[in-house]
Amino acid sequence: MTAAAPIAPVDEQADSGRTLGRNRRRRSSPGGAQRRPGFIIYGCLAAVVLGGLFPLWWSALIGSHHATILSQTSFPWWPGGNFFANAATVMDTVPFWRATLNSIIVSTTTAFSVVIFSTLAGYAFAKLRFKGSGPLLVFVIATMAVPTQLGVVPLYQVMARLGWTGELTAVIVPALVTAFGVFWMTQYLRQAIPDELIEAATVDGCNMIRTFYHVCLPAARPAAAMLFLFTFVMNWTNFFWPFIVLGPSNPTLPVALQQLQAAHFVDYSLVLTGATLATVPLLILFVFTGRQLVSGIMQGAVKA
Amino acid sequence: MDLRSRASAWDRKYSPYLYISPFFILFAIVGLFPLLYTVWVAAHDWDLIMGQGEFVGFENFTHILGQRAFWISLRNTLSIFILSTGPQVLFAIVIAYMLDAHLRAKTFWRMGVLLPYVVTPVAVALIFGNLFAERFGLVNSALETIGLNPVGWQSDSLASHIAIATMVNFRWTGYNALIFLAAMQAIPRDLYEQAEIDGAGRVRQFLSVTVPMLRPTIIFVVITSTIGGLQIFDEPRMYDHSGRGGSDGQWRTMTLYLYELGWTRSDFGRASAVAVLLFLLIVAIGIINFMITRRIATADGARQAPPTRAGRRAAGRARGKKLSRKEAAR
Repeated sequence: MTAAAPIAPVDEQADSGRTLGRNRRRRSSPGGAQRRPGFIIYGCLAAVVLGGLFPLWWSALIGSHHATILSQTSFPWWPGGNFFANAATVMDTVPFWRATLNSIIVSTTTAFSVVIFSTLAGYAFAKLRFKGSGPLLVFVIATMAVPTQLGVVPLYQVMARLGWTGELTAVIVPALVTAFGVFWMTQYLRQAIPDELIEAATVDGCNMIRTFYHVCLPAARPAAAMLFLFTFVMNWTNFFWPFIVLGPSNPTLPVALQQLQAAHFVDYSLVLTGATLATVPLLILFVFTGRQLVSGIMQGAVKA
Repeated sequence: MDLRSRASAWDRKYSPYLYISPFFILFAIVGLFPLLYTVWVAAHDWDLIMGQGEFVGFENFTHILGQRAFWISLRNTLSIFILSTGPQVLFAIVIAYMLDAHLRAKTFWRMGVLLPYVVTPVAVALIFGNLFAERFGLVNSALETIGLNPVGWQSDSLASHIAIATMVNFRWTGYNALIFLAAMQAIPRDLYEQAEIDGAGRVRQFLSVTVPMLRPTIIFVVITSTIGGLQIFDEPRMYDHSGRGGSDGQWRTMTLYLYELGWTRSDFGRASAVAVLLFLLIVAIGIINFMITRRIATADGARQAPPTRAGRRAAGRARGKKLSRKEAAR
């Protein structure tokens, strides 16, 4: 940033002088941005992105050293060679692979279930006529604002009664549906399916579920993929409820990280090795699906 | 009516209910019922192991409201909430403004600012817990290098709230920036042209066109972060290893307090009382939000020149009334 600042104003001036004619042309195109970014904007954005990456880099960096590195006077700017030894200790301390597998199971199951149930309900609200559909949809939207997390005490009692405490079922079942998912699919399907298509299917003799299968499902695919991703991330990063209901022998990744911290709080290298290991899977997912997450947020103003 | 057409009529009439029923049934069992039953538990002596005890009415509430720890947790919750929401909205708007420029490699920059969103809050808290460590933490070392005093990021209440708010902002600022970006792209470009003709520079355009047009989105973002922000648990729980919200509860939030009462002290009755109080707090802040929103909306309506003469006169009267009320107050 500091290096870019002296150059930037010069560049800006030259830029705006040079491109006056082009600017005018661009403005006539609808929706086109009228500002041409200079060095300042790129510099600031780069600083924001690096600011987001730095803590992750730091975590991997400290995780690759011995904890004693922190008490030295100069900070280590290059990775050390201790990452795998630390990783081995992490896996001895907490059931790391078990936790990873559990997180995959929980996130995948809930994401599939939310997508299926939300698409069904969203299709009904968006395209089918039935008595009470208006008030019921209002109810769904209203429940998005209800802090259901505050029902933890009775929910725990229910799970204890069912004998599910310590089991993944206790984490999965409460996350099988979300009001947000229903709302999201309703909004999307409303404009994605022409009514004529449904009528045509009915005329062709399709019953309701076949119409859903042949008309709705193909149209729902893009929104369903985004909903899947958001639900996956939400459940992967979730801590409060799994922490309460799961035991130390059968944790999800965030719960395993908590155990790691409790066991090794004096050894920051080990703790941050764990944090790095738990973050990598979602970073990989992000590289491949970040584009969809971006457009999902911009289309629907999603908030988990 | 033959059997087939009757079946088809049934199909058409009841299928929609069948499709929406999974959501409603599951939500009733795992969402609504626990929430309502919390009130019942809060009105009893109720132990984690022993289960339901005597009916005690409001005693759990009066006990909680008499605890200093409760009021401190309320203060901490509000303080962390304000420290996270305010700067977050501000930075998100600025980042969105930069992303709204005609950038090369748009998707790269958008993904870049969103990246922290996929990091689990527990990992975020562990990493920032290290950065903000009082001894040997990077932040304090940096402060000392530039000649400032190290800050007690855990011993001092406000400093610990700033550290926790930083974790929240780290994860959500980019996310909200994309929401603002979407809203910015919906602003009609001729508004900017008009402003330019009127001689407004870039900063002026940003303040008088962009920000006012974003108002509904700002309200949306603030409301959604209210619901989540007031229930904050992960970051304060993981800020140190004991998870009790600091040696003196200096960053113990309401949800952390709820957890401690319920699962450390096995007192489900009082934990439920805290849940009910937190619920009321969220509702109250929601209502305040709503009222401010309406106020802004009506003020907007008055400011835009009323189209009819009667409307203008009415607006004038309203203005006059406000004036005279002010004078009366004097």
